[in-house]
Amino acid sequence: MAIIHVDGKQFEVKGGDNLLQTCLSLGLDIPYFCWHPALDSVGACRQCAVKQYKDGDDKQGRIVMSCMTPTTDNTWISIDDEESKEFRETIISFLMTNHPHDCPVCEEGGHCHLQDMTVMTGHHNREYRFTKRTHRNQDLGPFIAHEMNRCISCYRCTRFYNDYAGGTDLGVYGSAANVYFGREKDGTLENEFSGNLTEVCPTGVFTDKTHSERYTRKWDMQFSPSICASCSVGCNISPGERYGEVRRVENRYHAELNGYFLCDRGRFGYGHVNRKDRPRQLLVSKDGRREAMDGGDALEFIRQQLKAGKPVLGIGSPRASIESNYALRELVGAANFSNGQSALDAALARLCLDVMQKGTAPCATPASVEEADAVLVLGEDVLATAPRIALALRQAAKGKADTLCAEKKVPDWQAASAKDIAQRQLNPVFVATPAKTRFDDVAVATHRAAAPDLARLGYAIAHALDASSPAVEGLDAKTTELAQRIAATLKAAKRPLVISGTGCGDAAVIQAAANIAWALQASHPGAEICLAVPESNSIGLALFDAADLEAMLARAAAEPSVLVVVENDLYARLPAAQVDAALAKATLIVLEHQETRTAQRAQALLPAASFAEGDGTLVNYEGRAQRYFQNFDPAYYDRSVAIAESWRWLDRLQNGDAAQENLDDVLAQAEAALPALKGIAAAAPNASFRIKGMKVARAPQRQSGRTAARANIFVHEPRSTQDADSALAFSMEGVNGSHGIDRPPELLPFAWAPGWNSPQAWNKFQAEVGGSLRGGDSGVHLFKAGASRPAYYAAVPAAFKPNGALRVEPLYQHFGSEELSSRAAPIQERIPATYAALNVGDAARLGVNHAELVSITLDGQTFSLPARVRPDLPAGVLGLPVGLAGVPPLKAGSAATVAKGA
Amino acid sequence: MSTLRSAKDPNYQKPLTRLIDTAAGPLDLKSHEAEGGYSALRKAIKELKPQDVQAKVKEANLRGRGGAGFPTGIKWSLIPMGPDAGTKYIVCNADEMEPGTFKDRLLMEQAPHQLVEAMALAGYAIQAQTGYIFLRGEYVVAAERLNRAIAEARAAGLLGKNVLGGEWSFELYVHTGAGRYICGEETALINSLEGRRANPRAKPPFPQIAGLWGRPTIVNNVETLSNIPHILLNGPTWFKELNQGKTSDAGTKLYGVSGRANKPGCWELPMGTTARELLEVHAGGMRGGKKLKAWLPGGASTDFLLPEHLDLPMDFDTIARAGSRMGTGLITVVAEDQSIVSAVRNLEEFFARESCGWCTPCRDGLPWTVKILRAIENGQGKTGDIEQLSKMTRWLGPGRTFCAHAPGAMEPLQSAIKYFRDEFEIGIVCDIDEVKPDVCTLPAGLPDITDDRDLATKKAS
Repeated sequence: MAIIHVDGKQFEVKGGDNLLQTCLSLGLDIPYFCWHPALDSVGACRQCAVKQYKDGDDKQGRIVMSCMTPTTDNTWISIDDEESKEFRETIISFLMTNHPHDCPVCEEGGHCHLQDMTVMTGHHNREYRFTKRTHRNQDLGPFIAHEMNRCISCYRCTRFYNDYAGGTDLGVYGSAANVYFGREKDGTLENEFSGNLTEVCPTGVFTDKTHSERYTRKWDMQFSPSICASCSVGCNISPGERYGEVRRVENRYHAELNGYFLCDRGRFGYGHVNRKDRPRQLLVSKDGRREAMDGGDALEFIRQQLKAGKPVLGIGSPRASIESNYALRELVGAANFSNGQSALDAALARLCLDVMQKGTAPCATPASVEEADAVLVLGEDVLATAPRIALALRQAAKGKADTLCAEKKVPDWQAASAKDIAQRQLNPVFVATPAKTRFDDVAVATHRAAAPDLARLGYAIAHALDASSPAVEGLDAKTTELAQRIAATLKAAKRPLVISGTGCGDAAVIQAAANIAWALQASHPGAEICLAVPESNSIGLALFDAADLEAMLARAAAEPSVLVVVENDLYARLPAAQVDAALAKATLIVLEHQETRTAQRAQALLPAASFAEGDGTLVNYEGRAQRYFQNFDPAYYDRSVAIAESWRWLDRLQNGDAAQENLDDVLAQAEAALPALKGIAAAAPNASFRIKGMKVARAPQRQSGRTAARANIFVHEPRSTQDADSALAFSMEGVNGSHGIDRPPELLPFAWAPGWNSPQAWNKFQAEVGGSLRGGDSGVHLFKAGASRPAYYAAVPAAFKPNGALRVEPLYQHFGSEELSSRAAPIQERIPATYAALNVGDAARLGVNHAELVSITLDGQTFSLPARVRPDLPAGVLGLPVGLAGVPPLKAGSAATVAKGA
Repeated sequence: MSTLRSAKDPNYQKPLTRLIDTAAGPLDLKSHEAEGGYSALRKAIKELKPQDVQAKVKEANLRGRGGAGFPTGIKWSLIPMGPDAGTKYIVCNADEMEPGTFKDRLLMEQAPHQLVEAMALAGYAIQAQTGYIFLRGEYVVAAERLNRAIAEARAAGLLGKNVLGGEWSFELYVHTGAGRYICGEETALINSLEGRRANPRAKPPFPQIAGLWGRPTIVNNVETLSNIPHILLNGPTWFKELNQGKTSDAGTKLYGVSGRANKPGCWELPMGTTARELLEVHAGGMRGGKKLKAWLPGGASTDFLLPEHLDLPMDFDTIARAGSRMGTGLITVVAEDQSIVSAVRNLEEFFARESCGWCTPCRDGLPWTVKILRAIENGQGKTGDIEQLSKMTRWLGPGRTFCAHAPGAMEPLQSAIKYFRDEFEIGIVCDIDEVKPDVCTLPAGLPDITDDRDLATKKAS
């Protein structure tokens, strides 16, 4: 606790922070640039100057940088002091000597921290009358536009990109008034978190290129509180819409999950919403031709099919909401409902759920991953499967600096000093995966092995930690030594963490990880486990406890049936022959928002809502249920668009065209029917929630041109769509966060506060700057870790012995393995060329050279891919990139026959 | 070959330069040792504990000769000692880039073994295992001679593993800089040595706690270090008396004169020698009989003084009381017919170019300052320009910027405005009924420092 005096007012604060952070937390505005709550202080921009006094009697004081001054007890400062104010205005005037006057055509305008700070300091008159320096810009790839003339040299970009995210291809060049932030030469920014530059940059140097083509000012977009569906982490996002298109996605702060940062897949993968080829009308196949049909007729046609007497089977999806899956289960009955995943995927997700629900180790959030002081990554390339966790892992490694700073009595928010002190010292991270990862650089040791051997390593570590856990027979000396080293390191830590997941496609790996976490938990209350699962609602579907896809397709193949598929491309999950066999006899009804191979085969296709046009609830990898809300109503702009949430279509199919169920009704029914979902309705306020009798506005108050939005169609301005499903209002009517009225965090559509138009406005919604939002961290946990440890898993697999055929190891890609984002054009530019990865020895044995075609026979499918000969892969392993062109659905661990030639 | 001169020998009143004969060049190891070289190191290793060496330097009241005058003994006393202290470094700041300063160059080119011995002694005193001489890149002769001296010393067991058969081992390296003035700032120097951008570091932690590679580090100037063998051999009292009673600061000082003097040069003289003696006796007075208009006491980053200040003893405290800083002690004279505005513009161009670009006031304020000065120099100044320059001296002053670079740059500017405001006023045009001249077009030959083209090429063309 510390008492500080600011402009004669006394405040009780926690102390230990820097004065800037403390004052911002108190709601006092001090302008700043180089400081960032996640990047801490370096004292470069000199914008946050305040006057500090020795005591209450000191009238002279001296100017200090608030970001570099610790908040200690009995601190006396003034923000309003005339000299400080003049200095702060002067800093802006210095920055403006080179900053262009291009606000009207700058894409940062209206959401620009530099604009906000300029207004805040009161700088309005230019004294500088000389020339400005100019720079050349670079092509930085499909995501980021570069306009260096706007740069104010705050150094945030390189501090985020290099120091925080581990990037290596963005640098600072030059010196004096000619400092240049860019790449060594033109080229795509390689780091998977490059998109955050658009928010980290306080002005328009790095802007969102995907937004640029269809640019809209922030104040002219309509936003919604949404959840990213690109992986299982459930990062909170703020999509912005105009004229029925999602124009950009920005980070929506969540202290425990995404914090301030999103991955590029999540940020730039929204393009599937805007695709021209999306189903937007009800389509019915007649004589092999698809025809758009009037809503009522199409639904009647489907109802007839459903009543035709054939068994009605439903296939849900781990990328569809709880509500849509539940509505399908209601329609077809629990016995006829499938979770839509292959048997292996479903079993692995179920196993992860068991480990978290029954085991004693709590599941780590990205925020708690950052606090870990020793980490084992077992089998999971989290940068590909759950990217935000990989960014958090990097911070865990760098947490060593905090310890070293404490030893030297330097506050850990002194970012540059922490870097100087820590140099290359990191907390120990062990990365044991089948192939190299792009976070190997923070690893103290890496280990490459096939999945069963990774599991054996894991079991051996657990055994070294707790001798009562199963031992591993016949482990080689080197692996034994590694296991002991890892065990000793984890044991020596305060907050050890095990990261694993379904990426290896091997239950034994997850079981081994569980044993380690449980063994640690007995002696380390801070020990946690983090298990990545494949899709945005994988854990939600595991809670349904339903039949897997193979079982349901077998039934469909056995007898004629009506097969209702919700938001699922079966061809992406199982071999085509297996799907074809099932569909041959079935009447196929598909609810989908993408033109998938499955959708193309539908006898009836109902246009489903993507995350942008519908509401729903997703359960993330840690069992946190979160609500995403409709961003816009496409029918407002085009009455012919019939898109609706799958759960709403299913409700209408079941209960007639006049069905009036809203989201809350469906969720309440789901909660009542499935005890595992208990509490899910509380994930967000319901549709009747009001603040002072008002709904929460989706659009900022200044949204302009609404009356003209449909003027090209008809001069009459229709009433905004009324939202029966949520407490949010379309357009700008309702509570928007001004006048000090807090909205619940679940209903915060965008970051804006008076005077704060940029994403820095999140400061204004946090209880303490950099901490949780006022109102708490959104979402509800549907389960928590058990109190007592279940029996250790004991199925130690046999060592992997190459026997001629190659063992398939799925290699997940940051870009390309996730289905929906892969349909976005900018992401497609970043998807790597397809390949089949072979160990150097295997390639030599097969006589295959790098880049030559190899023919692969696997699970009855034969295909050919160019070989990539890699030294990192273990012998006897065939690494196949999940989801890339020419790679069929994979079953991890299958034996593949590989031969040279096409 | 003469034997070691004793402390009482009147000829040993110039310890730093006593063996320097610029015509003959530096002594090799054998000759240097014959003159008593390395006997201080031998004595220390044999007879003195590291703390004893520290104590003697502290007692001698040796103050840093790099410009700031910080007591060396106190700097050393902040470094962790003892068996758990781990890896430590001694670094010699030989990045002599202060305009008008060329004293370290003399010592390194002409007495390299003196510095090598001094580095070993300082390393021993703080129990560093490794030393680096961070040398200005343009000092190619010094680099060659230092490297030769280090090789000789290593071959003779004076450096390397188990120095002189003792338990302590010490490696010494020369690292040549890539040519940035800011590398003279000790933490920027450390960053540069680590291969990072030469930006100064935030303090605390000071280098004594976390310096090079995050380890405890001492950074001392060439001249400072070169005094140490002599202090150890002849004692703190002898060292204190070298000033011949002229001042309270101990030892001798390498003073110098540059600018329009008859015989510019560098001389080792008792601390506290007056600037008048430097200019009139040693430098032979002003060239062409011109009158002295102003002088910088010790480098570009010190305030101008006037002829009336010439009789002050040149020591750290006296010059500070006169409103300037002794700095490096190598004075630069400005003659009566030289424009003070041009002189300041020249200095500010240097500082603007040498800004590391880290903090806003320095990076963006200095180029603005330069542009105003150019305008005034060319008779295109505007009403308010002098006030704007005065504001710059406050906005770029101490505490406002990240390091001392910009505050240093403001020192000659603020004193120039204080003493010679009329010269600035001449350059201001009255802007009533005036066609505004295009101040953005610079006269030929003046580099626009904000231009991204190669400055050297532009200057040459």
